[in-house]
Amino acid sequence: MSKIKVSELTKIFGPNPKQSLERLNKGSSKDEILADTGNTVGVNQASFDVKAGEFFVIMGLSGSGKSTLIRLVNRLIEPTSGHVYIDDEDITNMNKNELIEARRKKLGMVFQNFGLFPHRNVVGNVAYGLEIQGVEKQEREQKAQKAIEDVGLKGYESSFPNELSGGMQQRVGLARALANDTDILLMDEAFSALDPLIRKDMQDELLKLQKKLGKTVLFITHDLDEALKLGDRIAIMKDGQIVQIGSSEEILENPANEYVSNFVKDVDRSKVLDAEQVMRRPEVLTTYKGGPRTAIKKMEDVGASSIFVVDRDDHFQGLLTIDDAIRAYKEEIPMEKVLNQDVHTTTPTTPLNDLIGVAADTKYPIVVLDEEQKLLGIISRVSILSGLVLGKEKDEVTN
Amino acid sequence: MNYFELPLEQWTNTFVDDWFLPTFGNAFDSIGSVLNAFVDLVTDVLLFIPPELFTLLLVILSWRVGGKGLAVFTFLGMLFIGSVDIWEESMHTLSIVIVSTFVSLLVGIPVGILSAMNNRVQSVVRPTLDFMQTLPSFVYLIPAVLLFGLGGVSAVIATFIFAAPPAVRMTNLGIRHVPKEVIEASKAFGSTSKQLLFKVQLPLAVPSIMAGVNQTIMLSLSMAVIASMIGAPGLGATVLQAISRVNIGLGLVGGLGIVVLAIILDRITQGIGQGQNNKS
Ligand SMILES: Nc1ncnc2c1ncn2[C@@H]1O[C@H](COP(=O)(O)OP(=O)(O)OP(=O)(O)O)[C@@H](O)[C@H]1O
Ligand SMILES: [Mg+2]
Repeated sequence: MSKIKVSELTKIFGPNPKQSLERLNKGSSKDEILADTGNTVGVNQASFDVKAGEFFVIMGLSGSGKSTLIRLVNRLIEPTSGHVYIDDEDITNMNKNELIEARRKKLGMVFQNFGLFPHRNVVGNVAYGLEIQGVEKQEREQKAQKAIEDVGLKGYESSFPNELSGGMQQRVGLARALANDTDILLMDEAFSALDPLIRKDMQDELLKLQKKLGKTVLFITHDLDEALKLGDRIAIMKDGQIVQIGSSEEILENPANEYVSNFVKDVDRSKVLDAEQVMRRPEVLTTYKGGPRTAIKKMEDVGASSIFVVDRDDHFQGLLTIDDAIRAYKEEIPMEKVLNQDVHTTTPTTPLNDLIGVAADTKYPIVVLDEEQKLLGIISRVSILSGLVLGKEKDEVTN
Repeated sequence: MNYFELPLEQWTNTFVDDWFLPTFGNAFDSIGSVLNAFVDLVTDVLLFIPPELFTLLLVILSWRVGGKGLAVFTFLGMLFIGSVDIWEESMHTLSIVIVSTFVSLLVGIPVGILSAMNNRVQSVVRPTLDFMQTLPSFVYLIPAVLLFGLGGVSAVIATFIFAAPPAVRMTNLGIRHVPKEVIEASKAFGSTSKQLLFKVQLPLAVPSIMAGVNQTIMLSLSMAVIASMIGAPGLGATVLQAISRVNIGLGLVGGLGIVVLAIILDRITQGIGQGQNNKS
């Protein structure tokens, strides 16, 4: 069962959409229709499926119809033709009340320019969705509080949006969507207004949250790097049409047409990236002090099958797999004895190109260490992909 | 240019005398008596409060919304009004301003909301407002007197016609200027149109609506002199009296009284509007 199913969805803006629809179906192009009738084709016969828990990215240049498409999914825009099914229910046929109910219970949304309510403080914004459903004040503020903590905004509950930085405002936007606890998150260029560093943090955190909460995400971006980093699958749009859908590898290896390969070609420059630019903080680390028990608990918390071990000063010690941790726990062996030292390490300035081969034949993420052997970050296969270098093996380790 | 006779004057009079008045006379009578009671009530209350207490309350309000400077000005202004012996007239003027502002907002804000929600409503409302504001007030003073008789009620009606448009316009504007993404966000989370209006659009339009309220009050005050031509008591009547007796001193007293009231009311409503602004 697909969580979101979009079928033959078309949106034409303008005075006479039905008539233009016929012409579109007969094969006229977007430009011809605009020239002849003044109607704009926003989305043209788009079809795709998003599975539960999937991170689905829609990418395309400005004006390709991404915003229109995502707004058709929760019917902020009425389609000209076609259907959208949420949990197999056709949203395009719902009456007003059913639509409101579906938006409340199933579809959270995050906006490019945040769309926060300027007259409400952070809690007021985050609790809005619950408030309009009539959830009691205490309960909704408790849930809002949890969402605020999930996005790392604890302490800012009573700030107003204009007192927060862009990155923080978008965290509020994200928390507002999380508070409703919908299965689906619709995100229209949610990070495009943020500067690169904050953007990278937000991407990492979103991935983490999505894993943790099991959300189905429909994410819009015009940035290929972002698409490759985040998407389980990516759909590429041009002039309102979806020209290719596939995983990162599929799109990079077999671009469906020139449009896509132009996109992909562009990314070659990122081969000059070095390790530091693509590494990220591991989700969890553990120290000897906690012993195998703590390590097992931490792995369980994030659903990982291995964990990196550091000493008190962050010096890298090795990798502990869940099997070894359990063995150490049961047989009361000290953790040092069961550590896996067979992990590739590298320096922050190593070019990414040099790591392709390594990434291809290691099961675990590559560990980035500074001169003092302190752990700076890890590079997983996903990160290497987003630097546009293909790894081969499935990466079953942390993250 | 008199190519054909257009007896507009005669038609209008026939229409009013033979059909309009017999049909709607009663309705206007009841509107008239309600408004009359309202004006009387407000006047009675204002005159009942001892001037010292009234001044104290107004100074406190000024202090809270406008700070020390405004409080001092309000105190001196009210002292002036008392000292030149126009307290009673000022309270009459104030009660007509209060009632016509109240009626203007009662009608104006909902109409403003409707025209913000619906372009077709707006396309009717807009020219009507232009008409109301540009029509010379003497033109509707006559029918007002005809329908409601001489006195405060006609003054309220005439003032309403002149002063309600900004309330409508600024409400409409305030709602229409709520950013599109904020509206989308509200809808995306499943707001009903009522929730959208009351939880998002109206609160965000408050500063604009308050600016409209301020303008409505100012326009009401500026109608004071004209309104007294149809028998409304108050500072306008003082000024009229001064004109007819060529009494420059009295004219100055009445005129300054209006100015003092205007400044105090203007600063207080502005202060309230800004308070709303700062909150968001
Ligand atoms: N309300 C509207 N009325 C008319 N045309 C519209 C409307 N909204 C969008 N369009 C047109 O539909 C097309 C798709 O617009 P859309 O905003 O979906 O693009 P986008 O991919 O989101 O672009 P961007 O990256 O700039 O946000 C464009 O040609 C746009 O001009
Ligand atoms: Mg867009």
